[in-house]
Amino acid sequence: MDILNLIRISVKALLRNKTRTALSMLGIVIGIAAVIAVVNLGEGLKQSTANQLSEMGTNLIMVMRANQRRGGVSMGGSNVQTLTVRDCELIAQNAKNITMVSPVVNSAGQVVNGAKNWSGTVYGGSPEYLDIRKYEIATGVNFTDDDVRKYAKVGLIGQTIVKELFESNEDPIGKTIRIGNIPFKVIGTLKEKGENSMGMDQDDIIIMPYSTVQKRMLGVNYLQQIVCSAASEDVAEAAVTEVEQVLRASHKIPEGGNDDFEVRTQQEMLEMMTSMTSMITTVLIAIALISLLVGCIGIMNIMYVTVTERTKEIGLRMSIGAKNAAILMQFLTESIILSLIGGVLGLLLGLGLSYVVTLVMSLPFVVNGLWMVIAFVSCAVLGLIAGFFPALKASRTDPINALRYE
Amino acid sequence: MSNETSIIKVEGLKRTFIVGSEEVHALKGVTFEIRQGEFVSIMGSSGSGKSTLLNILGCLDQPTSGEYYIDGISVRERTKNELSEIRNRKIGFVFQSYNLLPRTSALENVELPLVYNPDVTHRERHERAQHALELVGLKDRMDHTPNQLSGGQQQRVAIARALVNDPVIVLADEATGNLDTRTSYEIMSLFQSLHEQGKTIAFVTHESDIAVFTTRTIFLRDGHILRDEPVATKSAAEALAALPAENDY
Repeated sequence: MDILNLIRISVKALLRNKTRTALSMLGIVIGIAAVIAVVNLGEGLKQSTANQLSEMGTNLIMVMRANQRRGGVSMGGSNVQTLTVRDCELIAQNAKNITMVSPVVNSAGQVVNGAKNWSGTVYGGSPEYLDIRKYEIATGVNFTDDDVRKYAKVGLIGQTIVKELFESNEDPIGKTIRIGNIPFKVIGTLKEKGENSMGMDQDDIIIMPYSTVQKRMLGVNYLQQIVCSAASEDVAEAAVTEVEQVLRASHKIPEGGNDDFEVRTQQEMLEMMTSMTSMITTVLIAIALISLLVGCIGIMNIMYVTVTERTKEIGLRMSIGAKNAAILMQFLTESIILSLIGGVLGLLLGLGLSYVVTLVMSLPFVVNGLWMVIAFVSCAVLGLIAGFFPALKASRTDPINALRYE
Repeated sequence: MSNETSIIKVEGLKRTFIVGSEEVHALKGVTFEIRQGEFVSIMGSSGSGKSTLLNILGCLDQPTSGEYYIDGISVRERTKNELSEIRNRKIGFVFQSYNLLPRTSALENVELPLVYNPDVTHRERHERAQHALELVGLKDRMDHTPNQLSGGQQQRVAIARALVNDPVIVLADEATGNLDTRTSYEIMSLFQSLHEQGKTIAFVTHESDIAVFTTRTIFLRDGHILRDEPVATKSAAEALAALPAENDY
C-alpha cells in the first residue's frame, strides 16, 4: 500500500467526521500557536532591546563606579569618588582602541522658562558626548572645548524639553532658561530619539559641558561615569582591557585587588537586558509546550475512540487482505495528518497572533524560522506518538471478532 | 475429478477452543473437497460449527489439526502476513451485514481489496472495480454511497467487492440473512449467474429454501459432516417470478 493511498484513506476518514476532527486538532492548534506566538514575541522584544541599545551608541563602552568594600563594609557605588577627568585624559592617551572619551556627570532639577517649568535631567559631558551617545543636533551648534574650559553656561536641549518649555512657533536657540538656580543659554536642540528599552524618554535631556555641571551645579570634582567609543565592535573587548589597565594604574589598584570601577560594553548591556526577556520567554514556552502535550493527549484519546468505533472497518480491511502493518500505518498516518494540519493551522494562528501583538505593542515583528521548523517537526512526532498506541491496538484486532462487532 | 480443479480440500479438520477451563470442540474432524465451478451451500444450525469452518476456509482462523489446501496451497503454518496475502488474492468475502465503508462510494468500496495488492496500479484498480460493479448490475450507482443504496444494492456492492480480486472462491456468510425474500432471491439469482460464469462459491446459510439454489449442500451438525449431497437446483430467477406481485401499500 503506497503512501499516497494511505494519505487519501486517512484524509477521507478525517473528513467523515469534520467536527470531531476539528475539535481534536484544536489542542495542537492552540499549543503550536502559543509556542510560535511566545517565541516570536520574545524575539521581537530582544530585537527591540537591541535596536534601542544600538541607538544609545554603537561600540559604546561605559565606565561606572563600582561598589567597594572597605573592611568588609559595602560603601555603595554612588559614594565612590575616584573617577576623574584625569582618568578620561589617560584613557584618551593610552587606550589605542578608544576613539572618543567623555566624562559624565548628571544632575536633575527644575527647568524654568518664564511661566513654564519641567523637571529635567542634565548630563554633563565633553563635546564628544553627543557623538558617543548618538545624539544629533537638530538646530544650533554643539558646545566646544573652550566652553568646557570656561564652565560656560550653555546647553543643548532635547525635543521633550523644547515641547514643554517653548511655544511651537518659538525658536529656543539663543534663549536663556534656568535649571535650578543656574541660568543657561540654549545653543542647540537635539533630534528626537524616542524611548529607550526601559521606557525612559531619551529626549527629556539637557546636555552641558561637564565642567559646568561639576562646578556650578554639583560642586564636585569627581565623575559619575565615563563613556567611550571603541574604534569598532571587533575591538570592543580589547578596548575594555585597555581601559581597565589604564584605570587600575591610575587608581593604584594592586594586583588582585578589587576594582572601584566597572567597565561594560554595549554587548554586555544587551546580554543583561535580554537575559530577563529570555527567561520569561523560556517559562512561557514551557507552558505552551504543556498545552501542546495536552493537545497530543487529546489526539491520542480521539484515535482510541476512532479505533474502537471503526472495529468493524478494521475487521473488514483485514479480512480482504490488509496486513497488520497496513492497518497500523493507516491509523498512524491519520494521526500524523491530524496533528500536522493542526500544526500548520497553529503556525498560522501563532504568526497572526504575534503579528497583532507586536503591532499593538509597537515591537518589531520577528519570525524565528528555527522554531517554526521545530514546531512543525514536533507536530509530526507528537502525531506519531499520539497515534502509535491506538494504531497498535487497531493492528492487533482479531478480524473474526471485529467483523461481528456491533 | 482431477486434483488440478480442486479449489478447497480439507482433511480431518479439527478446531478446539479453550473457554475458561473447558475445551470446546467446534469441529471434530471434517473432510471434504470443493472443486472448481461448484456452488456449495454449507448448512447447519447454530453451534454446528459452520462459522468456525467458514473462518478457517477464509484463512481468518487456523485449524487445531488437519490439513487445509486452498488452490493447492497448504494453509498450515503460514504467518499472519502470508494468510493476509492468501485472503487478498484467493478469497472473496460476502458478509451478512455487507460491511461496506460508510460515506465511501460504491466504486471505492469495490476497489478496497485491490488497494492492498501492490501489483495492481491505480488505473487497473479503477477499471477492475468498474467491471465488477457492471457484473452485479450497478453500473449506474458507482458514485453512490452505502446510505444511498438499498440493502440489496449494498449486498451487490459487497459481491462486486468479493469478485474484484478475481478470487478462486467466493465465501458468502449468510449473505441473504438481512434481506427480505424478494431481494434474497434476487441476490441468489446473481450468485447463480456468477456460478454459470464459472465462479466457485461456498455459501453458508441456515435457510434451506436458500440452499436449494446451490448445486451441493454440506450439512454440519455438532462439528461433524452429517450429509454431503448434490441438490436438485432450483432457478432463483424462476422463484422470483413466482413470488406474488409486490403490493405498493
